[in-house]
Amino acid sequence: MRELRIHGRGGQGAVVASKILAAALFRESRSVQSFPAFGVERRGAPVAAFLRVSDTPILLRCEVTAPDDLIVLDPTLIVAVDVTQGLKPGGMILINSERAPETYPKLTDRFHVITVDAGGIAMRHGLGSRTQPIVNTAILGAFARCSGLVSLDSICAAIQEEVPGRAAQNVAAAREAAEAVAASEVAQPAGLASRYSRVEVKHA
Amino acid sequence: MKKVMMGNHAVSWGVKLARTEVIAAYPITPQTQVVEALSEMCSSGELAARFIKVESEHSAMAACIGASATGARAFTATSSQGLALMHEVLHWAGGGRLPIVMANVNRALAPAWNVWTDQNDSLSQRDTGWIQLYCESNQEVLDTTIQAFKLAEAVDLPVMVVLDAFYLSHTSEPVDIPDQEAVDAFLPRRVARVKMDVNDPRSFGALATPAVYMEMRLRQQEAMELARVTYDEIVEEWGGMFGRRNGAIESYHAEGAEILLVTSGTITSTSRHVVNELRARGEKVGLVKVKMFRPFPTEALRVALAGVPHVAVLDRNISPGHGGIFAEEIRSALYDLAPERRPRVHGYIVGLGGRDVTPAVIEDCLARTRAAAGAGNTPEREDLWVGVKS
Repeated sequence: MRELRIHGRGGQGAVVASKILAAALFRESRSVQSFPAFGVERRGAPVAAFLRVSDTPILLRCEVTAPDDLIVLDPTLIVAVDVTQGLKPGGMILINSERAPETYPKLTDRFHVITVDAGGIAMRHGLGSRTQPIVNTAILGAFARCSGLVSLDSICAAIQEEVPGRAAQNVAAAREAAEAVAASEVAQPAGLASRYSRVEVKHA
Repeated sequence: MKKVMMGNHAVSWGVKLARTEVIAAYPITPQTQVVEALSEMCSSGELAARFIKVESEHSAMAACIGASATGARAFTATSSQGLALMHEVLHWAGGGRLPIVMANVNRALAPAWNVWTDQNDSLSQRDTGWIQLYCESNQEVLDTTIQAFKLAEAVDLPVMVVLDAFYLSHTSEPVDIPDQEAVDAFLPRRVARVKMDVNDPRSFGALATPAVYMEMRLRQQEAMELARVTYDEIVEEWGGMFGRRNGAIESYHAEGAEILLVTSGTITSTSRHVVNELRARGEKVGLVKVKMFRPFPTEALRVALAGVPHVAVLDRNISPGHGGIFAEEIRSALYDLAPERRPRVHGYIVGLGGRDVTPAVIEDCLARTRAAAGAGNTPEREDLWVGVKS
């Protein structure tokens, strides 16, 4: 079983991202479960969502406290909350950021950090506003490419199924973000092998 | 067709497939999405039901009572304070023998304000004359919602379908949605035995003197007893059609067990994980899931638990001044067993107000049970609180 936590701010689409990812994994016949952090959410406040995926039925119905991977939708959360809490050593952190992974030295010490400018990509596809781009679909495209957990095609199909409006733009953003991370050098923490074998996934 | 959906929407789908005719509801976290989706289905015409917006939960149940009395299939959903506010009219539905179905998303009662799960809201409605069914997965939620109408209409009693806040209500997972034609075959249109009809006038809610009241209560009790048998039949019929059987109780790895956990709601699912791991290490541990709380499956539990040395009941609820509510009911059910067949019942209070019940908490309960068993001690007179801060 692999467990994932998605950090965002209320209104950014962290919970929807977890649902799209669940739907994408379900398309690939995996057992899957996703849920928001059980709290009282407000726009702009830090929020989190979780996902479990397995090849056997998922019986656990409790919170995810030691995730394997993180997705961070807003880079300011890295200083605002302890995003790495419970994250397994060597776990992957995918951050929506214009900056290179090396600019997060406190994270690259212990974890496998990947960045993608999902905000910029979302803007180019007219998703959200400049002050609040809707980054969840773009970052899922990047996640598909760098996690090897799910195919980009499944993510795109799930977006079309789950996102009520502007499906074509959301799909295009996901594909562009996947290309962006594929083109960038992925920083590996020195002397620390990633916990996961990177599965090569063929993309259409 | 399989689809990834939240527990709340699994309820909505069940209500839609049951071709419910009247829905009256007032929003409350964490239930709101149930009726939100239903109101969308009504406005789009997907569901040909009358959706009545009301000013309170008391009115929601009153509207369901009126609708059900005319022979319509009626539904509402609520949680916690909303259910508490309905209390008076819950008796009217139960005593009036009206087959209303309600989803209650288990949420702790205030004070202090809390939107997270525990069972005190539904369990404090124990004596209102409602059947109560506790679910473990979103699939079971959808299946049970449809079955609930069939059961309610077969015995003329209202049914409460109960699901844990967040751990089911807001959790998305794959759910197999049955075909409408198959559901129609399983659950035909309601035919009310007695209904309000201008062409056949009758009196409803009239004064019942001591000369007749007691017999009405006896009929209600007999209907509850019939519901046990009827639910078994319904589960069997559903299983034959859809391949899934979630009965009033279920034994899991109970064979040869020295300790049996007794659980309800989502704690059951996490407990299955714990039992699997312990069995793999050779420990003789199993579990019994209790889905039906009213009518209480007394006889089935006697059969499932007799001869097992130790039973550990996990209660996500508390009757202040007494203890865990399931544990007390189970002790009572087992009392008449012969002493050598009667299990020792260890009660544990866990997970109140949404506190997480992890495998570690469940293993802690088992470890305490094992320690008491090993020392030859009788169970603690008071149920033990597990997972509380010192």
